[in-house]
Amino acid sequence: MQLFSKTPTFDFVGKRKFAMMFSTILFIASIVTLSINWLNLGLDFRGGIEIELGYAHTAKVEEIRKALRNNGYKNAIVTEIGSSGQNVTIRISEKDNSSKVEVSNAVISILKTSTSDEFEIRRREFVGAKVGEELREDGGIAMLIALASIMFYVMLRFEWRFSIGAITALIHDVGITLGIFSFFKLNFDLTVLAALLAVIGYSLNDTIVVYDRIRENFRKIRKGSTLQITNTSLNQTLSRTMMTSVTTLFVLFAMYFLGGELIRPFAIALIIGVVVGTYSSIYVASSMVLALKIDRSHLIPVTKEDKTDSYP
Amino acid sequence: MNRYPAWKYLLVVIVVVVGMIYAAPNLFLDDPSLQIAGGRTVQVNDATLKTIETTLKSNKIEYKSVVFDDKGILIRFTDEEVRGKARDAIKKVLDPNYVVALNFARTTPSILKSFGAEPMYMGLDLRGGLHFLIEIEMETAFKQQLERYKNDIFDVFKENKERKLRARSMLIKNNAIEMKYKTADKRNEVLAVLRNKFLSDMQFSTFDRGDAFYIKADITRQKIEEHRANTITQIINVLKKRIDDKYQGLMEPVIVRQGDSRIVAEFPGVQDSKEIIDVMTAAASLEFRMEHTGYSIADAKAGKALGASIYKERDTGREILLKNKLIITGQDITHATATSDQNGQPAVSVTLNATGANIMKDNTRENLGKRMGVVFIETVKEIKRINGDNVPVKREIKEVISLATIQGLFSKRFEITGLSRVESTQLALLLRAGALAAPIEIIEERTVGPSMGKENISKGINSVLIGFIIVVVFMLIWYKGFGLLANVALVVNLVLIVAVLSIFQATLTLPGIAGIVLTVGMAVDANVLIYERIREELSVGNTPQASINSGYEKAFSTILDANVTTLIAAVVLFIFGTGPIKGFATTLSIGIATSMFTSIVGTRAIINLLVGSRKLSKLSI
Repeated sequence: MQLFSKTPTFDFVGKRKFAMMFSTILFIASIVTLSINWLNLGLDFRGGIEIELGYAHTAKVEEIRKALRNNGYKNAIVTEIGSSGQNVTIRISEKDNSSKVEVSNAVISILKTSTSDEFEIRRREFVGAKVGEELREDGGIAMLIALASIMFYVMLRFEWRFSIGAITALIHDVGITLGIFSFFKLNFDLTVLAALLAVIGYSLNDTIVVYDRIRENFRKIRKGSTLQITNTSLNQTLSRTMMTSVTTLFVLFAMYFLGGELIRPFAIALIIGVVVGTYSSIYVASSMVLALKIDRSHLIPVTKEDKTDSYP
Repeated sequence: MNRYPAWKYLLVVIVVVVGMIYAAPNLFLDDPSLQIAGGRTVQVNDATLKTIETTLKSNKIEYKSVVFDDKGILIRFTDEEVRGKARDAIKKVLDPNYVVALNFARTTPSILKSFGAEPMYMGLDLRGGLHFLIEIEMETAFKQQLERYKNDIFDVFKENKERKLRARSMLIKNNAIEMKYKTADKRNEVLAVLRNKFLSDMQFSTFDRGDAFYIKADITRQKIEEHRANTITQIINVLKKRIDDKYQGLMEPVIVRQGDSRIVAEFPGVQDSKEIIDVMTAAASLEFRMEHTGYSIADAKAGKALGASIYKERDTGREILLKNKLIITGQDITHATATSDQNGQPAVSVTLNATGANIMKDNTRENLGKRMGVVFIETVKEIKRINGDNVPVKREIKEVISLATIQGLFSKRFEITGLSRVESTQLALLLRAGALAAPIEIIEERTVGPSMGKENISKGINSVLIGFIIVVVFMLIWYKGFGLLANVALVVNLVLIVAVLSIFQATLTLPGIAGIVLTVGMAVDANVLIYERIREELSVGNTPQASINSGYEKAFSTILDANVTTLIAAVVLFIFGTGPIKGFATTLSIGIATSMFTSIVGTRAIINLLVGSRKLSKLSI
């Protein structure tokens, strides 16, 4: 089966002004929502206590709330998770930096004495505020270092214009994904950060494939303007771009529906990232290179490329 | 024509076979099991084994086997519920001094074991268990180091008494030691002596303030780092010792350094964090002080008792005046066991080191007939209600547990009474394992219940499987024969990822599974790139064989670039990430490497072998 029986001839390049505007608006909107709402940071980054309890029957959330409120934990947030109604999480944000073991022990003993139903502790976590803060910083640093190393590699393998284009596409993808997380107040924890870094890898993958074709075509096709060649390259790689996005999305949706509570935020982040990343590799990455006035002469190799049959 | 040299086929075959051997142990699920070990007072022997067997039989509990192993007795079961029942039954009949622990016994067949093949190491989120991040109060460790150097300097002054080197004042100020002298000459003389003595330990500088002359001693960077590293190692060792001592080596915790001042401690399969936290953070110690009889309690309360302080006696609450001068502390104790004294009261029998023994001997000789107090120091953490909010606080309690008249000389070995049985056992443990070099604080805890772990495994595996099946079907429909090829590559890729994880005993976590899932999605990308290329080549009228060749050739640099960039991101994640991020980065990096191999070399080998030397008019693509 094939997506297109012949190489398609969509005019991607012609729509790049419109796409640029669309992307700019989305990106600005993301920054606005981030500056207003920031992110709904999870326990990993915020610090605090999180306890997940499993009940044999439907959990009496009200009763749990009341028991905690009456015993000094006014700020405890009790929420049901999953569809069975048997699991609840209790979140307590502790501002001071002292040990939280006692607090979580205290919470459990309160529930044991003041609520009637028996429960099991499914998961219990606490993270000191300092740890959370460090993680936020480390995560940010990891992201910056990843971006810088990628930029360097692309510059080495291609040209600086491509490097700028690829990084713009990545910042675009990460920015908009963060914007969506911020706007919908989705829980942002460590796994989402990991997903975001995976988005970088993924979107880059797409972009590189397109760039590779542009480079090849500049060397091969002697006729035709820069715009035409770019557009041809986009069309030639389109079927691959779609295929890979679709197979990855299949897996991600499987994770979203079957992977359980802990994996879901990760899957959401990647689904958003893959969609945005596919779009950006077609519109943003190549438009950026065009905007930087790429020319055939930039890509004609100075020395002849090594063409031994070292291919597998 | 498309052909590979023989070595390339051989390479593919070897990689696949080795991969299968090392991935195979994962097919054999662990048995839920009970591990029973003796303690200080009880031993595991044939009789214990008999008791266990008869207990299990009389309770009609089904088990797979009961055998001796290097740690004691191992009982295997088929399911966890039965194991739970068995534990309760066994605990009822066995002496409480035996340690009964839940764990999972491997079922790897011996033929695989002979290759050194073992199943993957499951992370805590998949197995259930406890995870702690522990912060060491380095500030305190540094202060102790300064204090020690201050004493060392003082010793130098004492050794050279006739030269009168002693400073008019010696203070620790701004993380350095400051010594004050009246004349510049004296100061310079001392400076020369100290510089000579502490060449690699401290940096000395001078300054003048008012009409006094000062020496400032800073510990060198290198020494501070050294001390920091030693402190962390010491604490890790003490924690390991305490846990091993308490659970007779059955706990198998993973305790490792993380960064400059942190330790990660993981306890797979353990649920009750309270007991472990108590063992790890416990900071009980002993001090031995003579009673001060020169003043009354009232004097002391009025602040008139020089060199004495008031202590409370534990049982009676009576106030006692003890000398400030320390005889010895828990640091001088090399060995301690919980026993009973002649009257059957719980006691701790202690053995002192040589220095401690000498001091104690001199002390008992000088103070015969006088009373010596044993002070028990304990740091407790509790929650206080302040304005309706619960605030955890630390409190140090110093109590006199015994005040007894010295009847005769003693030095190396003696007994301490006055504690409850539980406290005696705990104190003996702490004295044995040693005190922590610096205070620690648990700053992060994660507990995953066993059912949660199981759920995570099954959900993780399900999502991998379903995602996998969808991709496989899709590839088959889309690329037909070549799709099948890509699918074979995908399966082999999965086997290789599992094999690599097993060989390196890397930890598989839930985010790790997510990494595998993602590689599945991305692994087909290489094949998609190649196949789309082949299609293009075919559509411009090239022969099938030529199309295959140029398809692979042209796609190669694209695949390489794409994968290397992703690998960069994965490696950065691995280096800078912690916990879940690291788990994800591990499998992603492994997956990228293996998928490159399977989807480029692997599929090409099959094509070359099957159709490489044939004349083809059409390709199933």
